[in-house]
Amino acid sequence: MDSTSDILTLAFGASVLYLLYQMRSFRKFLGAAGFRIELGIKVLRRLHHLPRRRRWFLDQLFTSGIMNVHVVLLVGLFVGMILSLQMGIELARYGQQDQIGVIVAASMAREMGPFITAVILAATVGSALAAEIGTMSVADELSALEVLSVDKVSFLVLPRVVALAIIAPFLTVLCNTIGILGGGFVAGSQLHVGWGLYMDSAIQALRTTGEVIQLPKDVFAGLFKASVFGGIVAIISCSCGLKAKGGALGVGRATSHAVRDSIIAVIVANYFLTWILYQN
Amino acid sequence: MPSDADTLIRLEGVHKSFGDQHILRGLSFDVRRGQCLGVMGGSGSGKSVTLRHVIGLLQPDAGRVVVDGQDMAQTSEADLAALRRRMGYVFQESALINWLTVAENLALPLEETTDLKPAEISDRVAHTLGLVHIPDAADKFPNEISGGMKKRVGLARALITQPEIVLYDEPNAGLDPRISRSINALIRELSDTLEVTSLVVEHRIDCLKAVADEVIFMHAGVALVREPIETFFDPDEPKLKEFLGV
Ligand SMILES: Nc1ncnc2c1ncn2[C@@H]1O[C@H](COP(=O)(O)OP(=O)(O)OP(=O)(O)O)[C@@H](O)[C@H]1O
Ligand SMILES: [Mg+2]
Repeated sequence: MDSTSDILTLAFGASVLYLLYQMRSFRKFLGAAGFRIELGIKVLRRLHHLPRRRRWFLDQLFTSGIMNVHVVLLVGLFVGMILSLQMGIELARYGQQDQIGVIVAASMAREMGPFITAVILAATVGSALAAEIGTMSVADELSALEVLSVDKVSFLVLPRVVALAIIAPFLTVLCNTIGILGGGFVAGSQLHVGWGLYMDSAIQALRTTGEVIQLPKDVFAGLFKASVFGGIVAIISCSCGLKAKGGALGVGRATSHAVRDSIIAVIVANYFLTWILYQN
Repeated sequence: MPSDADTLIRLEGVHKSFGDQHILRGLSFDVRRGQCLGVMGGSGSGKSVTLRHVIGLLQPDAGRVVVDGQDMAQTSEADLAALRRRMGYVFQESALINWLTVAENLALPLEETTDLKPAEISDRVAHTLGLVHIPDAADKFPNEISGGMKKRVGLARALITQPEIVLYDEPNAGLDPRISRSINALIRELSDTLEVTSLVVEHRIDCLKAVADEVIFMHAGVALVREPIETFFDPDEPKLKEFLGV
């Protein structure tokens, strides 16, 4: 056997191995996605259990809502300022800087508000959920629930998913508001656009109502997206926790996967939701 | 060979591997209704894995686990839940829900699976805590009590639904001799007066003598020895002799 065919054989072997590896991780990915979709459906079918889970639901509302207000405010403020600065410099070149309010308001309400809120929720609440449920998993507490015939989805997942789906739009409103105000501050101080003009154009931009539902479309489509994102973050984080195995290491892995997968899923869902909500 | 009506738990040639570790290699034994069967075996011999098979937390790779005539791998989810409501499981590591207090941990199975009123539930909780000698830890969280206390709360949680079958994974671990004696008396009493069928994994000889009618010795994935308690500790089997150091 000469060296060329050796190299060819090696290369072929390596590519087959690589393909198999890809297939395995692809299968794993499909399996995980299937589990999460199933979990989402199970949660929807148990919505009527919510009154019984009131205590954990309110608890989760508080920890994911109140405890994150300052983060959302801080990030929202700076994102609004960045938007205003970036767009403002560009608009000023064409003497269009009085349009800055429109651009900041529409970007915040349509995209940035819901998306930033979802990312913050994934990083703070999602990681905590995965760690909490993952710790229960590795300490046999989930087995104990199973043995006691306690429905894990209704007991653990449902209150958390509903709490996040409800709190996300509220946080988004805060994020949008502070972002628009921050944008106005930058517009005034850096671009010399008056506060009154800025606010008028911002509010005018958000007034446009939808054709199907007679509500300010950008605002409510954004809030709807935020609610879906909140639910996605909770379901993915809970599913990572439920699947955690192998001690503290496993909990760490579950936590990092929860944040990573939540953000990916939010971005993908964002595209499709935008497509559905805005296609004409 | 006992008749089928007499047998409540039966394992038939159960095999189980984790990765390349072949833990159970054709394990077979049965437990009669009302019997208290002890299980001994080296650390890592698969005792906890066996108990997990009996309650359906694990499924065998080959062989069958039959509880009250139902194959645990074949029954519907609803039947499995119904069967589990008749069973109690004392976990080796207690497995209390860490964000619920002791009393809430005990109340949980009653709230979730029965129609008892809150007053009845709190009575039951207080009574069961008394049985395991933890009268005043009701409002503590699991991380605020000792290992031995956790173990007893785990025992109380398994008993609070008044199960017909109880699987104990080292019920005496971490208990002082006095409390250990009274816990063993409790296990024995449940089996004598309420005909509770029990499977007790235990390393301590005095404890097994206090509770078990018969003992099996697990070795290399099978039940190597099965003897009445009177003769178990005076064995012919060389492996068991070596294990017991006699
Ligand atoms: N879920 C699992 N995944 C991988 N391996 C496992 C799993 N459960 C048990 N094992 C392995 O099976 C073997 C038997 O475990 P098991 O817990 O049944 O031992 P044991 O007889 O109860 O020991 P001990 O007396 O120390 O409690 C161990 O080697 C363990 O590593
Ligand atoms: Mg064990």
